[in-house]
Amino acid sequence: MDPGELSRFEIVTRQDFSDVTYLLEVRHPLMAKAAKPGQFVIVMAHEHGERIPLTIADFDRSRGTITLVVQAVGKTTREMQQACRKGTTLHAMVGPMGIPSPISGAKKVVCVGGGLGVAPIFPQARGFKEAGAYVIGVLGFRTKSLVFWEDKFRACCDELILCTDDGSAGLKGLVTEGIRRAIDKHADIDEVVAIGPPVMMKGCAEATRPHKIKTLVSLNPIMVDGTGMCGGCRVKIGDQVKFACVDGPDFDGHLVDFDDLMTRLRRYTQVERAAAERWSAHCRMKDLADPAAPAVELLELPDPFDDVKGG
Amino acid sequence: MAKKKTIRTIPQERTPMREQAPQARAKNFDEVACGYDVTEALREAERCLLCPDEPCVAGCPVGIDIPGFIRKIGEKNFRGAYDVIAETNLLAAVCGRVCPQETQCEEVCTVGESLEPVAIGRLERFVGDAAIREGWVNVPQIEANDFRIGIVGSGPAGMACAADMAKAGCEVTVFEAFHQPGGVLKYGIPDFRLPNEVVDAEIENLRKIGVRFECNTLVGRLFTIEQMVDELGFHTVFIGTGAGYPTMLGVPGDSLNGVLSANELLTRCNLMRARDAAFDTPIPLGRRVAVIGAGNTAMDAMRVCLRLGAEKVYCVYRRSRAECPARAEEVHHAEEEGIEFHWLTAPVAILDDGKGGVRGMRCMRMALGEPDASGRRRPVPVAGSEFDFDADQVVYAIGTNANPIIGQTSRLKLDKRGYIATDESLATSMPGVFAGGDIVTGAATVIEAMGAGRKAARSIKAYLGLRDPARPAAGQTLFGIDLGERNFVRLRAAA
Repeated sequence: MDPGELSRFEIVTRQDFSDVTYLLEVRHPLMAKAAKPGQFVIVMAHEHGERIPLTIADFDRSRGTITLVVQAVGKTTREMQQACRKGTTLHAMVGPMGIPSPISGAKKVVCVGGGLGVAPIFPQARGFKEAGAYVIGVLGFRTKSLVFWEDKFRACCDELILCTDDGSAGLKGLVTEGIRRAIDKHADIDEVVAIGPPVMMKGCAEATRPHKIKTLVSLNPIMVDGTGMCGGCRVKIGDQVKFACVDGPDFDGHLVDFDDLMTRLRRYTQVERAAAERWSAHCRMKDLADPAAPAVELLELPDPFDDVKGG
Repeated sequence: MAKKKTIRTIPQERTPMREQAPQARAKNFDEVACGYDVTEALREAERCLLCPDEPCVAGCPVGIDIPGFIRKIGEKNFRGAYDVIAETNLLAAVCGRVCPQETQCEEVCTVGESLEPVAIGRLERFVGDAAIREGWVNVPQIEANDFRIGIVGSGPAGMACAADMAKAGCEVTVFEAFHQPGGVLKYGIPDFRLPNEVVDAEIENLRKIGVRFECNTLVGRLFTIEQMVDELGFHTVFIGTGAGYPTMLGVPGDSLNGVLSANELLTRCNLMRARDAAFDTPIPLGRRVAVIGAGNTAMDAMRVCLRLGAEKVYCVYRRSRAECPARAEEVHHAEEEGIEFHWLTAPVAILDDGKGGVRGMRCMRMALGEPDASGRRRPVPVAGSEFDFDADQVVYAIGTNANPIIGQTSRLKLDKRGYIATDESLATSMPGVFAGGDIVTGAATVIEAMGAGRKAARSIKAYLGLRDPARPAAGQTLFGIDLGERNFVRLRAAA
């Protein structure tokens, strides 16, 4: 191994999908070689930063890069939104973590992505397509202006059902409505894979349960190390306790205790909110000194119970 | 020449080490034990009889020339003392703090037969701290060979193995999943017992003898053990990934938000520096904290909670004080700082506050029955003894299981409990791959992990055909080279 092969975590592309959603393409040839659909990384923006898990949205072996799609919701992700430009570096990025999603021999699959889950469902849809499956994509956004990667999905899906809350693009309604349509049209769906906010994945699992269709969901609880050492990411799967970082992140959606997951995601909500507010105030102070700088609006942190449609 | 020392002429009392007062230290993260100053070190060095049979050397897992370095301290040649220690041990400041000397070198000290033994650990720490302060490092003139060694995990086992292999002339790369090297010395042991700066200084010394550290590297997932051997060109691999995977109690309420493992609490505080406002990582702050378990990790977790500002910290343990696995000194320190111990008490449920948090615990009294497999008397529940206990945070420090990542990603043979199976020489089922420390034995101590790292290094040298004199009799030479000089170290003359 050449000393240069391990990355400096340089950001080679930055793309903004909306006011809150942005894409970072990070150079890491070794990880691009190793990454498989369903895996995630842990990122530290700077030396004093926290470690945050982010699902790998794409990997490009020839370019030697890992793509992450980030939603600016808390202090860290909003700070990254300001600081992470092309040519800058992350302090740390470790992965690929977690057990890769089993791209099974299913013949017909539905890949569901809602909000932030749209990006990480992409490698799975592509993986299934490459394995020869008939792929139905179901994507959910709040409104038309937040839609991204529609062309990427069209390229690897046999059918694509786009859903928006306000009906400004595609179907009006939630992704669960899209799933219902797919099930009505195809009686032979083998598998559903859903990634998105917990409440959305819960809805997807409930939509498929009566039809007894195997449903995998990708869980993203709070983590520190991501290597099975801290136990912070423990989740209830049936009557067992599992660690999402090393036993997952994919689990059988029909067995996941989503209410427990949502409660555990709220562990630091108060501290997080205070940190985001402090950071915002700090930015405003800087803005006063520099009238040219754009004002920073404080976003309401998403509550995991909310039906976040993101984008 | 001074008159020969005898047991009657040496200072009779062991030189005490100054400590921060319990009330003061319970509110800060500075070291509890302050270390010897020069006067104290000289006085304690005077207590060593420099006896000819040197039982302490045999009592040391790595065979440090203990009378040799103490003699140098006595001569006020502290650099010389460091040179003696560095011949066998590059981690003096760490070992001086965390070795259980009372069961090793100090247990067999000749002075200890009639008085308190010489405080060897404190003297070692004195020398190690002086070396860090003065920036001493002995870069051995290493005759490089072409062997490349990959080490997985930068904790005590990996560090000890890396030091020995680098001194034997190999090119050593240590892989660490976290963003900083040091393993449990960094994320686990709190600063008031082992400051992170001390660990960093020791790691810097390893870098100076040529060891490369690659952080942010999750072996198993970024590349596998097989790939290290087949594609990345490592002639041998040592796996020292530790035990990890914390045990949960398995009682109702386990997943409540006020419940966390000691590993999580300690990592947030020690490695991620959550206690410092300049760092972003949050940490849960309990007012009344119950820590379940009574090992060294439990003691660390309790004392951290106290320093983070908890009003009350309880230790809840199902056996009695006599069976408690923590070092007596740690229990004593915790008690001094105001930790309340509840022996023979076991939680049966964590109680919900209705908002996803903890309002308390339901506990049961225990009595001691017949000895179990561990030889300790088995705790038996006392019927009808249930009672409730107020607490808003519960920390589990009840041990760990094997980390599954290496098992998931390699063909290495594991034992029934999921730890890596090795033979006597720490060789695994894959040729050229060795393993040691907690990932082989299950949770143990820092010095045992270091010992395993060094044992593996000996086996690796044998596997690679690197000659190792392995402790020949003193004075024995081969081609004029003293075989007592371990690990082929060639020290430059002290400056």
